[in-house]
Amino acid sequence: MTDTPTLAIEDLTVSFTSGRESVRAVDGVSLQVVPGEVVAVVGESGSGKSVTSMSALGLLPPTATTTGTVRVGGVDVTTLDGPHLRAIRGAEVAMVFQEPMTALNPAFTVGWQVAEALRLHIEDLSKKQALDRAAELLEMVGIRDARDRLGQYPHELSGGLRQRVVIAMAIACEPKVLIADEATTALDVTVQAEILDLLRDLRARFGMAMLVITHNMGVVADIADRVVVMYQGKVVEQATVEDLFARPQADYTKKLLASVPRLARGEGRNRTAPADEEVALSLEHLVVEFRGKGGRKNRAVDDVSLTIAKGEVLGLVGESGSGKSTVGRAAIGLLKPTSGSVRLLGEALTGAKGRDLRKLRRRCGIVFQDPASSLDPRMTVGDCVAEPLVINGVGDRAERVAALLESVELDAALRRRHPHELSGGQRQRVGIARALALDPQLVIADEPTSALDVSVQAAVLKVFLELQQRLGFACLFITHDLAVVGMVSDRVAVMNEGRLVEVGSRDEVLFDSREEYTRRLVTSAPVPDPADQRRRREERHRI
Amino acid sequence: MSISAPVVAEPSPVPVAGSYRRMASQFFANRLAVSGLVILAALLLFCFLGPLIHHTDQTHTNLAGANLSPGQGGHLLGTDDVGHDELGRLMIGGQTSLEIGIAAGLLATLIGTIWGAVSGYAGGWLDAIMMRIVDAGIAIPALFLLLVTATILRPTVPVQIVIIGCVSWLVPARLVRAEALSLRSRDYVQAMKAMGGGHRRAVFRHIIPNAIGTVVVNATFQVADAILLIAYVSFLGLGVAPPKTDWGGMLSKGISYTYDGYWWMIFPAGIAIVLVVCAFNSIGDGLRDSFEVRLQGR
Repeated sequence: MTDTPTLAIEDLTVSFTSGRESVRAVDGVSLQVVPGEVVAVVGESGSGKSVTSMSALGLLPPTATTTGTVRVGGVDVTTLDGPHLRAIRGAEVAMVFQEPMTALNPAFTVGWQVAEALRLHIEDLSKKQALDRAAELLEMVGIRDARDRLGQYPHELSGGLRQRVVIAMAIACEPKVLIADEATTALDVTVQAEILDLLRDLRARFGMAMLVITHNMGVVADIADRVVVMYQGKVVEQATVEDLFARPQADYTKKLLASVPRLARGEGRNRTAPADEEVALSLEHLVVEFRGKGGRKNRAVDDVSLTIAKGEVLGLVGESGSGKSTVGRAAIGLLKPTSGSVRLLGEALTGAKGRDLRKLRRRCGIVFQDPASSLDPRMTVGDCVAEPLVINGVGDRAERVAALLESVELDAALRRRHPHELSGGQRQRVGIARALALDPQLVIADEPTSALDVSVQAAVLKVFLELQQRLGFACLFITHDLAVVGMVSDRVAVMNEGRLVEVGSRDEVLFDSREEYTRRLVTSAPVPDPADQRRRREERHRI
Repeated sequence: MSISAPVVAEPSPVPVAGSYRRMASQFFANRLAVSGLVILAALLLFCFLGPLIHHTDQTHTNLAGANLSPGQGGHLLGTDDVGHDELGRLMIGGQTSLEIGIAAGLLATLIGTIWGAVSGYAGGWLDAIMMRIVDAGIAIPALFLLLVTATILRPTVPVQIVIIGCVSWLVPARLVRAEALSLRSRDYVQAMKAMGGGHRRAVFRHIIPNAIGTVVVNATFQVADAILLIAYVSFLGLGVAPPKTDWGGMLSKGISYTYDGYWWMIFPAGIAIVLVVCAFNSIGDGLRDSFEVRLQGR
């Protein structure tokens, strides 16, 4: 590619100053994007990838000091002031953010907001013309009945539609560079696949240069031409997507790629029947309803029956809103089912009250998604892990806490720290240690690794699986990530819109499913391999 | 998938120099809050240690030496209408005001915190009932309640503390309930329930400690309000009985001599009330800011 780059970042350094401390978030980064090219910037949290992209729009906070240049179509953005920056934003560079709900203003209609984006940059555009153009834009991003949608508010649209509206606003003034900062991270895999298709299509039609910021190697394999790998503010490797996945050069890239869970047939644990006759958890015709607005009932879980044998790991997958977390919470009695029954270790949980309920619960553990909110910020790590022991009056707490921390490979000295002084992965290990404190026979793990970076996820999953094998507890492992499910589960259950789509052995469900929904889900999940991903994409378009 | 994936060492955050220390440095960087603290300390020293240096007779009246202007007869701030030394009076009056104000403010905070935390945590019908009680209480003017009870009961210091505590817990109850509503759905409360923990533990170990910022900040405002309230009541002549007094009572007495030009009976007590209320309020503001800093680390 010999075109002159549309976006050229040269030796960019960004430091943030707070008080006397100064943190260098981006350190000597150089990268270029030519028209029609998709460059992916990958890295884990804190690698400086978002800060790099923000600098292209001059969106850095005043505490940031920048050196180096960021050229957009030949103009150095770092030297521009307010009015000139505003002229560049939207017209030359546009950005799509992670969370479509917060990127749109809930108080205005979709049509108004898209029209606003147009009128900011095009003078003497009448309201009528702006709305007409807005409708065209919505059609362009694949929204059907665009005219009718103009009058709707953001909350009336689904997550995928909202992200399409955000993209429509971003391309309203035909920018030369489109920056997508984790634009598909908050979306379900099937919606993510559609949005990635849309971005690919827009690139082909308008020849925009795209900078895609992501932590998901599958997304990289799906959409990128070139990849920039960042680690602790520095670029560690730049390569074409094929080269990067086939022949990673930097050590960090190799480690990163090795940490990414992959879905492969025949690997993993894969047992066909429940391993043990004894049942750890059984759900029979479980129904959970929430009362919605105006007394309308919202059925979150609809007639779900499942059993987990002792020592078995059942992976429960589904997209957001499928009711999978609700099933997990109902399984240990944190939610009361509307009808149906839950039996824990042979005893009825539904209807159990007071002391009986607590007695049953102490034989279960639960690990939550966000370790930051599942540990009380006012307690020390030691107190957090000791809490189940205190509640249930178990003695020798100090020794037990030390042993538990050691079993999740944490230094016992961390017990005196508070949760916010730990990293995400360490916190999640504390969460696991706490769940295992009472030697539970059943562990509910609700998206335990979704909030973690891939390399940390790999480490936490490894610890978790080793403990599962050693202690032999049964586990309901809830996740939206099919690769993780493939890695941990004996059997897999798939949920969609509150209903159980299917249950079966790992390979049956993930590779030979007869259910159309499951197949769509599996093919939508991008795999970290460009050639394989292209093949899967074609397969998905056939379904 | 092999589970022995090589792992990139996750950088562990540097242990933060104790969050309390960060909080303290933020507080002491706030000039208004520090001056509030200095004023409060000065007033406490003045009221409680002052009488040890400045000996005066505050029990016996001395009509021969009444209404002396400052400087006369060795009285630095003059004397009042029954001959008590005004400076010494300011000290023992301040003792009453501060004792009642601080104790009543703390009592109100205690009741309000527990009430609000239980109400917010319980939710449902219990919450509805408990909050309607609060609404009803707020609808009745506190001053009216105080005046009624002061006419029924003999207004000693403990009685006044209990009365003021019992009429001013309503606002902290509302504030803490709002916090509890969001705290009760936090995962750590859910996790504790899943471990078999009971309601009492949820309220006292998780909800109240996490609402402590709101509670502490509000407590300082409560103390300021209680001092004002006790001043009102005494000003209306229903305060502690002589020979004891408080700043509100001194002010009330002074006001009757306005037309005689006895300014030394009005200004010292009035200024003391203004100073102590301002001090508590600026300490509260400073605490609120420093709690916010503490929370930024999360």
